[in-house]
Amino acid sequence: MSATAAMILALAVGTYAFRLVGPALHGRVELPARLQELLSAGAVVLLVALLATGGLTEGGGFAGWARPAGVLAGGVLAWRRAPFVVVVLGAAGVTALLRAAGVA
Amino acid sequence: MRSLLRTDPRRGTRPSADGPDRADRTVRALVRDSSLVWLAGGIVGVSFGAISVAGGLPVWVPVLMSLLVYAGSAQFSAVGVLLAGGGPFAAAATGLLLNTRTAAFGLAVAEFIGEGRPARFLGAHLVTDETVAFALAQPDSAHRRAAFWISGAGLFAAWNAGVLIGALAGGALGDTAAYGLDAAFPAVLVALVLPALRMDTRLRRSAALGALLALAATPAVPAGVPVLLALAGLVLYGRKEAA
Repeated sequence: MSATAAMILALAVGTYAFRLVGPALHGRVELPARLQELLSAGAVVLLVALLATGGLTEGGGFAGWARPAGVLAGGVLAWRRAPFVVVVLGAAGVTALLRAAGVA
Repeated sequence: MRSLLRTDPRRGTRPSADGPDRADRTVRALVRDSSLVWLAGGIVGVSFGAISVAGGLPVWVPVLMSLLVYAGSAQFSAVGVLLAGGGPFAAAATGLLLNTRTAAFGLAVAEFIGEGRPARFLGAHLVTDETVAFALAQPDSAHRRAAFWISGAGLFAAWNAGVLIGALAGGALGDTAAYGLDAAFPAVLVALVLPALRMDTRLRRSAALGALLALAATPAVPAGVPVLLALAGLVLYGRKEAA
C-alpha cells in the first residue's frame, strides 16, 4: 500500500471515529440535560467561529477585503430576513463583483 | 424558525401536527434551500479535484479521499500539505486536527440521526458543518431529522460528483475564486445560525467570545485549533434563570 493510500485511510478512519462518537453513544449513555444544552450551544459557537475564521482569514492571514465584504452583505441580508437563496447568492455576488473590479 | 435550542430533547419527536401537505412543503423547502449549498459544494469539489490533479496527484487520490474522508477543509489541507512536500504523516495529522470538531457536531445532532444501526453508521459519515447547521436551524425533531438527511445525502452526492468531474476535466472552470464561492459558505452559516442568535442572549455572548478567541488564535496555532478554542466561549453561557 502506498504512503498516500495509507494517509487517506488514516484520515478517513480517524475522521469517521470522531463523527461516530455522538451517534454511537446516543441512547446508550444518558447525557445530563445540562450537558445536552451545552452541546447544542457548543455546536452554534463552533459554527460562528467557523464563519468568522472562514470569512476573514485564509492560511492563517487576512483573506483580503472581497470575501469579508461579501459575507457582511450576506449577514445584512440575513438580518433583514431575506430568503436563504438571496443571502447566499448576495454574498457570492458581492465578492465576485469586487474581485471583477480588482479588489482582492 | 423557532428556537434552535430545546431543553427537553424528548419533546416533539412526532410530526403529529403535520398533514401530508405540510410535510411535502417542508421537504420542498428543505430541498430548495439545500440545493444551493449542493451546487456550491459541487463547484468547490470540482476545484478540489482539479487542484489535486494539477498538482501532480493521480485521479484516484482526490476521488477516494472525497468518498472516504468527505470533509472539504480537511481534504484541501491534506492535499495542500502533500503537494507542498510535507509528507503523508503531516497531511493526515493536519486533516485530523481540522476534523476534531466533527465529534462535537456528532454529539449535537446524534438524536436527529435515527436509532437503528444503519442510520447511525451511515448518518455519522454525513456530519459536516453545513448539514449540522441546516439540521439545527429547524424548529423541531422531525424537521431536524429530515433536514439532516436531505442536506447530508445531497451534499455527499454533489461533492463527490464535483470532485470526480474536476479530477477528470482539470481546470475547465478556471479560477473559482472569481465566483465568490469562498464568501458563500460563511454566508450559509450566517443565515442558518442567525435565528438562534437573535433570540438567545447567552448564546450570542458565548458565540461572540468564541469567535474573537478563534480569530485571535488563527495566526499563531495550527489550522483546526482556533475553532476548538472557541468552545471556551461557553464560559459565558450561564444557566437559565428558571433552572
